[in-house]
Amino acid sequence: MGYFNSFSDFLDMGGHALYVWLSYAITLLIFIANILSLWLKKRAFFNLAKRHAKREQRNS
Amino acid sequence: MKINMPRWFYQLASPKWSYDFMGILLPWFATAALLLLGVGFVWGLVFAPPDYQQGNSYRIIFIHVPSAILAQSCFMLMAVASGIGLVWKMKVAHIVAKSAAPIGASMTIIALATGAIWGKPTWGAWWVWDARLTSMLILLFLYVGIIALYSAFSNKSSGEQAAAILTLVGLVNIPIIKYSVEWWNTLHQPATFTLTKKPAMPPEMWLPLLVMVLGYYCFFAFLLMARTRLELLERENKSSWVIALINEKI
Amino acid sequence: MSFFVHTLQRDLLLAFRNRNDIVNPLAFFVIVIALFPLAVSPDASVLSTIAPGIIWVAALLATLLSMDGLFKNDFDDGTLEQVLVSPQSLVLLALGKVFSHWLMSGFLLALLSPLLAVMLFLPTQAILALVSSLLLGTPTLSLIGAIGAGLTVGLRKGGVLISLLVLPLYIPVLIFGAGAVQAGVMGMPIAGYLALLGAIMVFSLMFAPFAVAAALKLSIRN
Repeated sequence: MGYFNSFSDFLDMGGHALYVWLSYAITLLIFIANILSLWLKKRAFFNLAKRHAKREQRNS
Repeated sequence: MKINMPRWFYQLASPKWSYDFMGILLPWFATAALLLLGVGFVWGLVFAPPDYQQGNSYRIIFIHVPSAILAQSCFMLMAVASGIGLVWKMKVAHIVAKSAAPIGASMTIIALATGAIWGKPTWGAWWVWDARLTSMLILLFLYVGIIALYSAFSNKSSGEQAAAILTLVGLVNIPIIKYSVEWWNTLHQPATFTLTKKPAMPPEMWLPLLVMVLGYYCFFAFLLMARTRLELLERENKSSWVIALINEKI
Repeated sequence: MSFFVHTLQRDLLLAFRNRNDIVNPLAFFVIVIALFPLAVSPDASVLSTIAPGIIWVAALLATLLSMDGLFKNDFDDGTLEQVLVSPQSLVLLALGKVFSHWLMSGFLLALLSPLLAVMLFLPTQAILALVSSLLLGTPTLSLIGAIGAGLTVGLRKGGVLISLLVLPLYIPVLIFGAGAVQAGVMGMPIAGYLALLGAIMVFSLMFAPFAVAAALKLSIRN
């Protein structure tokens, strides 16, 4: 597998496992947080719009 | 003074047109980002050869350098958008700048965090007052200030204009800050081993890096357009096209 | 030009009538500096090494402290609005106010600084560097700070926000200012630092008043 002899070798990253995996984890976390916050905001917007529409239907 | 701009420039000024246009581009950038980042991650982590000096810890380069590039590009983009917004009083441009700010801040945080983590095996400390890291930290402060200014105004469009002025002031300052920090660094520290500057990187290393940079750009474009579209909807929620769009969704 | 002089005169007169506005930042400057021997060590060798940085940081915070109120009164009583609708230029008003702010903060701080330098055991040969760097650097601080003040004048909670907006922009001045003093301590030439501080000052003098005017215009219309 690439430049590593085994999967455990890959996980170990030549003794730098903590640094490599920590940075990749932080990066992925921030990526996901960006997408998630966007998705939540979008859902909140449409939920609010839906409630408004329903209220207007009831009122009319 | 009247400058005649091409037609598409004025079309961009229309919220509905921009919303639709970005809606067409969005899936393409999302797919490209997914592909490029996926390939880049695997290539960088598995198939790129280890560095002869730093061993495997250098693999952080594949996420550190692109985020540092993006953090700076994002500020440039915000400055251009702010300038357009102020000169042509273009709401969409202001909204683009506003949507870009949190993404740019996250990219700066990634660059700082990965740089600090990378510093531990390279320099032996979690934080070193290295010129580039320090400039990145100041860039983060600038982003924080701009985001704080947006949220301080209850009138969104005033907040956008205020932040646009601050962004342009920041843009003028960035080269001065960079220069002063570099000078300060050479004064106080003997030339240290910089993280990324290396004599002629072999293609097995810079090719995955290039893929990652492109992937980051696509991901950034995707996030930016998605955020802008949502912000457009929120801001135009009284206009007929948004109401029609909501009714369609329900 | 007469509008600039008029604004300057008026602001100076107001400041002299209300002397607290002048004295408070200066007192703050002295107190902050007096905290360091208490917090770090009263040892002369320790204090003299950190003195350039301390004095510069304290000067920076002291100018920032008085920044908050720079446009506040004129904004609240409608003077700014009047200027906006009148043919007088907001740029000149900004310039006059910044200049008077500098006279009452940066200029006085620079005059006061030799005293504090002695208290912190700064070598005598560095005092010239300290005063001249403060004289050349603090106008930039007032100019940049005024942009922050202009942007936040219409907001209820402007105080902390100004610091957040402006402090990152102060960093080059801080680096070159404290650098000049450090060079002075080591007996090295300081002309290069002073030239850079002067260049930054001229540069901000050319651009900042327009940014301040734009910020004020926006705050008035908000």
